[in-house]
Amino acid sequence: MAIRVVLPAHLRTLSGAGSEVPLDVDGPATIRAVLDTLEDRYPVLRGTIRDHGTLKRRPFLRFFACEEDYSLEPPDTELPERVRTGAEPFYIVGAIAGG
Amino acid sequence: MSSVRVLVGTRKGAFVISADGSRKNWDIAGPFFGGWELYHLKGSPVDPNRIYASQSSGWFGQQIQRSDDAGKTWTAMDNKFVYDGVAGTHQWYDGTPHPWEFKRVWHIEPSLTDPDVVYAGVEDAAIFRTTDGGKSWNELPGLRNHGSGSRWQPGAGGLCLHTIIQDPADAKRMFIAISAAGAFRTDDGAESWKAINQGLRSEYIPDPKAEIGHCVHHVAQHQGRPNVLFMQKHWDVMRSDDAGDNWHEVSGNLPTDFGFVIDVHAHEPETVYVVPIKSDSEHYPPEGKLRVYRSRSGGNEWEALTKGLPQKDCYVNVLRDAMAVDSLDSCGVYFGTTGGQVYASPDGGDTWNAIARDLPAVLSVEVQTITS
Repeated sequence: MAIRVVLPAHLRTLSGAGSEVPLDVDGPATIRAVLDTLEDRYPVLRGTIRDHGTLKRRPFLRFFACEEDYSLEPPDTELPERVRTGAEPFYIVGAIAGG
Repeated sequence: MSSVRVLVGTRKGAFVISADGSRKNWDIAGPFFGGWELYHLKGSPVDPNRIYASQSSGWFGQQIQRSDDAGKTWTAMDNKFVYDGVAGTHQWYDGTPHPWEFKRVWHIEPSLTDPDVVYAGVEDAAIFRTTDGGKSWNELPGLRNHGSGSRWQPGAGGLCLHTIIQDPADAKRMFIAISAAGAFRTDDGAESWKAINQGLRSEYIPDPKAEIGHCVHHVAQHQGRPNVLFMQKHWDVMRSDDAGDNWHEVSGNLPTDFGFVIDVHAHEPETVYVVPIKSDSEHYPPEGKLRVYRSRSGGNEWEALTKGLPQKDCYVNVLRDAMAVDSLDSCGVYFGTTGGQVYASPDGGDTWNAIARDLPAVLSVEVQTITS
């Protein structure tokens, strides 16, 4: 079962991806592995979620899985089983702001 | 038949506004990249169908877009801007050292001779170049390695390199400007740079005549006379007749000499345009009257151009890259406002029309003159 990734609207437009991106991740389904697989499939997303070079999460983005905030977890944290099995999506969420 | 394309970057997308050479009826295409900040778009002088755009977002970072069909379709290019070597530090607002961090591309300057070569001015201030049409970018590190780099300090808008001028008579000479470091020139193809701020006076820095630290807002040049430069500094309109080695003030009778934009008529190298803004704390036109000022004498003597521009209750700003001229005969002048208007004058500034009235806040305006 593929992991389902939900992107913020602007990144859907930029990448041409749909509302959910199904990903087959090799090895343990960690935050890093999911993002690496996502960027391999959509190279235009490199630098938009994580900074080039450092691969640090950009400050106005957060990661959620099964209603838990994974933004501050280490990149090699494995995602919960319901995300690994595709029952729940992995959310990449942009900060809400006006303007 | 000639035509004109106006490339407009806004806070929420890009627009391409087109007309034939009569410049009476305008067609607006866009928004492209809706919701993103488009700091600048510019076409290649060699291949007008090739347009580059700087697309950025506080959330999602930098993208560089390229069109090969005059803005109809776009392709995302490489967005990796990495400083050469150890980035080091510049000064923060409080004078403490602050690491160099890439934030966005402010200005794109395609080569005068090769559509695949483009220069990019970025924040934190540095100049990058692509030689493969945007597939990869490399810093030209000689600028930041100018001995003064560690003393550069950001202006209110950030430590941005916002102006890049290639010398049409000398392929190795280029001018750049940084807020708030000042203006610099290279004579050896960007290997080394010289600060060219002699004659600038800025009362807001500890030494008003310092070599660096001046908040230059924009610099303009007439391509037929590349040693003459005009500058809109934070305060003061300045002129150099020796490629920036020395500057003198030409603010003359302007109602205020604060402002952002400055440009030169395409066919009259002594005809210069500015839009005076009340002050650095009140970023709108004095008296609520939007007036372009034109000097036909290379500065000092300025006339207000008002026909077709709002002359009451107007409190918009005109940002540094938001004025351009076409090269038709007669010369067209264009500028965009933070209120979302784009004004065009097909007669060198005598009369103005709003060719777009309700766009998002305008960040940049460039014009392509298409002749066939």
